[in-house]
Amino acid sequence: MAALSHADVAHVAHLARLGLGDDELTRLEGQLNHILEQYRVLAELDTEAIAPTAQTIELENILRDDLPGPCLPVDEALAGAPERAGDHVVVPPIIAGLDE
Amino acid sequence: MASAAELRALTRLHVREMAARLRAGHFTARELAEAHLALAHAQDRALNAWASFDDERALAAAEAADLRLAGAHAAASAGEKVAPAGLPPLLGIPVALKDLVVTRGRPSTAGSRILEGFVGPYDAHIAERLDEAGAVVLGKTNMDEFAMGSSTEHSAWGPTSNPWDLDRVPGGSSGGSAAAVAAFHAPVAIGTDTGGSIRQPASLTGTVGLRPTYGRVSRYGIVAFASSLDQVGPFGRDVRDAAALLQAVAGHDERDATSAPLPVPDYPAELPDPDDEAAALLRGVRLGLPREYFVKGMEPGVEAAVRSAVRALESAGAEIVDVSLPHTDYGLATYYIIAPAEASANLARYDGIRYGHAVRDGDVLANYLATRGSGFGAEAKRRIMLGTYALSAGYYDAYYVKALKVRTLIKGDFDRAFAGADGQPPVDALVAPTSPTVAFPLGARLADPVAMYLSDACTLPVNVAGLCGLSVPCGLSEGLPVGLQFIGRAFDEGRLFRLGRAYEAITATADWRRLEPTDLPKLDDPATPTPAERTARLVRR
Repeated sequence: MAALSHADVAHVAHLARLGLGDDELTRLEGQLNHILEQYRVLAELDTEAIAPTAQTIELENILRDDLPGPCLPVDEALAGAPERAGDHVVVPPIIAGLDE
Repeated sequence: MASAAELRALTRLHVREMAARLRAGHFTARELAEAHLALAHAQDRALNAWASFDDERALAAAEAADLRLAGAHAAASAGEKVAPAGLPPLLGIPVALKDLVVTRGRPSTAGSRILEGFVGPYDAHIAERLDEAGAVVLGKTNMDEFAMGSSTEHSAWGPTSNPWDLDRVPGGSSGGSAAAVAAFHAPVAIGTDTGGSIRQPASLTGTVGLRPTYGRVSRYGIVAFASSLDQVGPFGRDVRDAAALLQAVAGHDERDATSAPLPVPDYPAELPDPDDEAAALLRGVRLGLPREYFVKGMEPGVEAAVRSAVRALESAGAEIVDVSLPHTDYGLATYYIIAPAEASANLARYDGIRYGHAVRDGDVLANYLATRGSGFGAEAKRRIMLGTYALSAGYYDAYYVKALKVRTLIKGDFDRAFAGADGQPPVDALVAPTSPTVAFPLGARLADPVAMYLSDACTLPVNVAGLCGLSVPCGLSEGLPVGLQFIGRAFDEGRLFRLGRAYEAITATADWRRLEPTDLPKLDDPATPTPAERTARLVRR
């Protein structure tokens, strides 16, 4: 697998929604490539016929009884919101042209 | 009212001694809480084990415990029989919580600036359980940001020192809990273990720490790091104390769909107090010694202490058999793909919109970039980047799916050891080192993430396979604690506690057992530098 370039690191940072400075990207480029080298060891193993394990205790179809119960009051749910209007969290417009 | 010295003496007691003396009226739960809070506050500058204190709630819980104790006394003197089970074992006992356990009305930052100012809207399941048990939560302990790290140096609130040598790390990520228990700020503490974050700091601070089986303890209200690996577990200064804390929090909770609907054994009841009875638990036990756990880079003093502990177990009646877990060397790479992949998904929720740190910088995308770019620390960013890359189109199969397949092989190694295969008899548990090294100096591994990751080479296969592991102190190397790890089948925590208790019993008279952490006296000196100041000095050198 090819090493990550500076542009690759910047692209991954954008996918991860991390605003990083150029010095941070440069440092990460070196560190991520060093870590990715450690991953190469896995290529030694033939895993063609091996099934993946996503969870270890094999619980399946966990359902709870569908009963009404108390839920968090709106005021408490919104208590940590950086911006609030009434019973809503304020976010910047995400559809162009709706600013007005 | 007791003197300051008498109050400090209370902090040296074990949980069972505190419980017995509370019941006998030697002191009150309020005095016990005040003794611990006074010590913890006074030493926090030099140790930095705590993220936040909760004196108000602690004292209220202590007073409630005193009322229950007084009620039981009144009933007893009126001739009514009070069943011992009527008073819970942790009634009035101080407990520390890692700073990722959400509690209502109190801060939980998970060591991250991105959760600065966050106040919990509800109690985690384990916080509810501790309340019901009458335990007294003193506050929250320092940790690596989002539990990512092996030294507690990746905390937005500065590093924690090791009470055995203040120039060294306490391990991590639950280093604040480990240091607080080692320094007698609390008799027991809650941690979480995703790749070794309870066992490794227990090893480095000379405390006992258990990572329970995946599913044993509910994670409802625990800040998520890597959801297929995270578990909540106890620290204590001995096995019985750790078992008492696990007992109070273990069990099914329908609010965590991964919590196992299985009965929980009575762990403390299976742990004898007399040493001869405890030592007898080793007779007929077959322990596997995995040769791959004596890894490259293991310090000779650590290997010597662990091999001597294994010989002691054998002399006391355990059968030791050599076993091979051939995929151990692939554990590190497997873990460092799966854990960052899950973390990158879990940490996507910190977007500056609903709670936590928020920076307004224009449109939605600009807000995300600014909030997350300034809110996360260096290690969290590295893991988010690694995980995002491993899950991205074109690399998903090569990294993430490949790691999940190797996970199957690693789990298979353990399954074969426990079932017996290839001419090897089945083993009851495995015995191994916890950490390849003793506590390392502050700052020593900060610049090299891979060196830091190697701290967990002996612990993270247990998480990858979803098993349980216990670390108990087994001596010193260069004056610093060494941990011995017992690894068990899924949901076999009770056996690990019995093995750990038996090991305590057969080494009860060892010289190292009588030692307290060497640097405790320095914690009372107001001229002692903070861990951050120590790091700056050590890194400059």
